[in-house]
Amino acid sequence: MTHLPYVAAAYVLGVAIPGTFALMAFLRMRAAQRRLASIGRRRR
Amino acid sequence: MDASSIVAPPPSGRNPGRSLHRFANPGRFLRLSGAVLPWLAAAGTALTAVGLVWGLFFAPADWQQGDAVRIMYIHVPAAWLASAGYLALALCSALSLVWRHPLADLAAVEIGPVGAGFTALCLLTGSIWGKPMWGAWWVWDARLTSVLILFFLYLGHIALVRAFDDPVRGYRSGAILALVGVVNLPIIKFSVDWWNTLHQPDTITLTGAPTMFVGMLWPLLFAALGYTLMFAAIVLARTRAAVMERRIRALLMARADAAAA
Repeated sequence: MTHLPYVAAAYVLGVAIPGTFALMAFLRMRAAQRRLASIGRRRR
Repeated sequence: MDASSIVAPPPSGRNPGRSLHRFANPGRFLRLSGAVLPWLAAAGTALTAVGLVWGLFFAPADWQQGDAVRIMYIHVPAAWLASAGYLALALCSALSLVWRHPLADLAAVEIGPVGAGFTALCLLTGSIWGKPMWGAWWVWDARLTSVLILFFLYLGHIALVRAFDDPVRGYRSGAILALVGVVNLPIIKFSVDWWNTLHQPDTITLTGAPTMFVGMLWPLLFAALGYTLMFAAIVLARTRAAVMERRIRALLMARADAAAA
């Protein structure tokens, strides 16, 4: 494969940047869900 | 316990954006987005994986560019999403300014960082492609410069919406910046036609047949659709989290007020 370091770097970024955003969004959503549910239980 | 059941009901009363409020109130948004999000994320991940693996291992190399052409399967979808994300940001900003809808405010705030991330991906992969093809990491070409300005517009919006103690003032200021910045989108699109640029013109248009070999076109379309669904899933998840965080703050404030009384 020609230009292998360039292609590899691009694919690493292409997976890492959206993957990091997706993971952070998922963790933030799960944390908010748990917090909201625990507050809801305490209200009852 | 379902988090959407804790979120307050929609505001009642007649106003021009009533149907919008009915379909986009926070409780209904959490229920609908909770049902759609897993499918959106799964489809986005699967299509992106297919597009990238196809592009990396099975699509043919270019007779001039060699295997560096495979960077296109990331760079082109990222470029499309950089512009489309900003358009979505501007639409949410318009909804925010016209109907003062809190969900539009939250969506605009959450689109900003994701759009900036995909614009950065576009610029970085373009730079990585440019070094072996043009002999330079960066040139002050009209297309590259206008996309760099788009990146700065995203950063400006991210900073502005968080710059005020009163979040509503931040939302309004950010919305105005987002709408002013829309002027950059046609500049990006037509920069390769208006100026004599190093960047190649569009190979896929809405009005004409693509000037690309079909063996390269299909993985590109898979990657583009996959990244688009991933972008939507990320924004949806971030907006869901923001709606729930806002509700948590309201509940804690109400509890503190009750304890003080």
